[in-house]
This record gives sequence, C-alpha cells and structure tokens, in this order.
Amino acid sequence: MFPARFNYYRAESLPEVLDLLARHGSEGKILAGGQSVIPLMKLRLASPAVLIDINRVRELQAIAGDERGGLRIGALTRHHHMEIKKWPRSLALLMDAARDIGDPQVRNLGTVGGALAEVDPAGDWGPVMLSLGARVRAVSPKGERTLPIDELFVDAFTTCLAEDELLREVEIPPLSDGTGTAYLKMERKAGDFAIASAAVRVNRSPDGRCQDVGIGLGGVGLVPLRARGAEDLLRGSNLEEELIREAEESVRKECEPLADIRGSVEFKRQVVGVLFRRALKIALRRAQGEEVEAGHV
Amino acid sequence: MKQRVPISLTVNGEIHELFIPPWQLLLDTLRDELGLTGAKRCCIEGQCGACTVLIDGKPINSCLYLTIEAQNQEIVTAEGLVEDGKPHPIQKAFVERGAVQCGFCTPGLVVATKALLDQNPNPTEDEIRIALSGHLCRCGAYVQITEAVMAAARETAQKEVGV
Repeated sequence: MFPARFNYYRAESLPEVLDLLARHGSEGKILAGGQSVIPLMKLRLASPAVLIDINRVRELQAIAGDERGGLRIGALTRHHHMEIKKWPRSLALLMDAARDIGDPQVRNLGTVGGALAEVDPAGDWGPVMLSLGARVRAVSPKGERTLPIDELFVDAFTTCLAEDELLREVEIPPLSDGTGTAYLKMERKAGDFAIASAAVRVNRSPDGRCQDVGIGLGGVGLVPLRARGAEDLLRGSNLEEELIREAEESVRKECEPLADIRGSVEFKRQVVGVLFRRALKIALRRAQGEEVEAGHV
Repeated sequence: MKQRVPISLTVNGEIHELFIPPWQLLLDTLRDELGLTGAKRCCIEGQCGACTVLIDGKPINSCLYLTIEAQNQEIVTAEGLVEDGKPHPIQKAFVERGAVQCGFCTPGLVVATKALLDQNPNPTEDEIRIALSGHLCRCGAYVQITEAVMAAARETAQKEVGV
C-alpha cells in the first residue's frame, strides 16, 4: 500500500507556499502532518499530482498572543504542542482535546490547521474552536481573509477554502474574566475518533448570570456543529438546573448524527446531550477556579 | 514526474545518500533499501504502532511518513539502541520481564519507551500506559510491557547515580 506518483515540492517559507499554490493549486495538495492525507493517498482516495510539503515553514508554527489579548495558533502547530503547552485555566479545553487526539505518534505529527481543514465529522478541534468563537486566517496568492470558523466547514471533508488558499492560523478571541471551558468526548478505545463530543465555553458574572456561552458538538453531523438553540436558552439565564436540562434536550434536537459503526442515531443523540451537560458543569466549576479533570469518557 | 530524487538520510547516526521515489514511505526505505527490519510492516495504516521509529527523538508511524520528509532529521530505529553489540537497558528489560512473546510489536515499543524515558526518566504506570497507547500487542503482554518499562527506568536511574 503506497501512494500514487506525484511531484514533491518542499516549501521553506510562506511566500514559497503561495507561489507553489499559484502554480499547482488545482492539482496539488498540502502536506502538513500527513496523518490523514497520507492514508487517503495510500488508499488511492486521493491522488494529487503535486504534493506541497509545508512542514519546514516556520511562519506557520507559532502560538502567540495578539494585541487584544487573544491567541493566534499557527496552522502547523502539532497536537503534541497543544498538549504540552501551559494554557491559562480559561483555555483548559485545549488540553482536554489535545491529549486524547489519536495516539502519541499521531499527535507528534498531526496539526491543528490540518485537522480543521480536513473537516472530519468526528474531529476534535472543530467543536473546540466553534465553542470559542474562533476565526481562521486564510492566505492565497491573491491576498488574505479572515472568516468565522463556522463558515470554514461546508460539508464532510470539505472547507470553503479555494484551491489556492492555505489555512494560515486560527485566532481565538480574548476570553473575559470568569470564563470556564471544557471538552468531553466518548470514544470506543484509546486513539479512536469520537462517537460524540461536546465543547463548552461559559462565562458567569459574579451574581451568577450566564453572560455568554459557546457550544460545539462533534461526531453528530456531517460537520462540527454549533448548538445555537441551546446557547440562546442559556445566555442571560441564571443557569437553573431545569434550564440546563432544557438546553440538553435542545442539543439533542439540534444535532444530526448518522448511524455508523460507532453507534445508532438515538445512541449518539443520547450521548452528546450527556456530554454537553457534563462539559457545562465542568466548565462552570473551572470558571470558579477549581481544578477539574476532563477528557474522554 | 521524477521517478527518483536524491536524499540524505540520517539513520541511527549514519548518513545514507539515497535515490528514492518521492512517494516511498519511510518504512519501506528503512526495510527494503537499508535492511533495517526492526520497524515492522503490520497494519500499514497507523493503527498498530509496529512501524514506530523516532524522528528527532519523537515516536512517529513510519508507515504514515514519506521518506523525503525525513531529509536532515535524525531517525532512530530499534537497531540504533544497541551499543557495542550490547542490547540497551530497555531492550534487556523487555527480555527479562517477559514483555516479548511473538516480538512483532517489540521494536516499536522499545523506541517509544526510549522517547518516554528521555523525556520523563521516572514515569508512573499511568504515564507509561498513555505513552504506549499507540501500540497494539496481539499477544496481550501489556502488563509485562509496563513492568519492563518501569524496570528499565529504575535501571537507567541507577546508572545515572552510579550505583
């Protein structure tokens, strides 16, 4: 099992990537961590004539704070780097997600940008970035644009990016004080994709009111989903137990799971509701400064 | 389309100048061109970990890595742990603790253990299980494998304090 033939180009800088994309965008594919694209090429589900290796492009590898207090994560940041980074407590969900992606070998190579651009319906970074209200910066030979992450995901394994566009970085907006986050997924075994997953970002004012909330769901649709109905129920509320149950039901109604080897539609709806509720509870405790473990179930 | 391209590959400290097809996987180059059969051809889809080698000290699946990506990187295979013909303490611990049955998963586990102990010389049992979660042992010797890693960690620690 090996890939079909291709021409290989290694880019050493971002301008080189853009130049290669201008020349080969329509027949080419980007090689980042390769943990999905190489299996696809070996199975001959993808046979690009040109492979553009961006692994040596330093501009794409940084994690940096921006002037507004937000965070920019370079597309080529490995899952492993997300796992070992000391995140502020408000971003604890990044650690929750990173440490259970694939296995160590996959995390050492696989990248955040690659995973987002692949749009695997059961991927982990999609729901996480949706809950954070992240934006992605894309570059092409024609220029640059920033778009909400919601717009990136068009269909399973399909983004809105053009053939000559590269996902350059993810921008996480600044989080206000009193924000807690959590990501929970259910998986069949270590290293498997999620049966279902839920990411929650919640901000509570000192008097207990929910000022803002973001909910991302994975494994329960063709793309990572944002549970806007449940968000609307909770935003501005006092997060009463009854209302949380209502939001849980809303999550179940809003998602669109498909039956597959990982479970039936009914099972996934049930699971994602529970994961959402538990993730919300963990996020709320974290918002109050508690150290709480989260991750897979 | 270029059938073969020149590449300089550093494996176990030795530099090899090769002409390889760009689509050739690192696993195939190691086994078929360099005769290093430690890394095993098993599931070939990144599930089992039998083909694991270290790139710049980090475990990766060599079946999901193009040879050409490894240009100027340090590759270490299980063969590279042997010093002066003597097995590495990790390799010894695997044999002594019965962590080897059929042996097919062993070379991958041994290099992953090397990467773990280089980072974390005194891992807990949980940390060992997490670090080795990308390896399947079809003989089911997981308990002995965990024990072997702990024994190897103790051995290495003793060496360092000169006991």
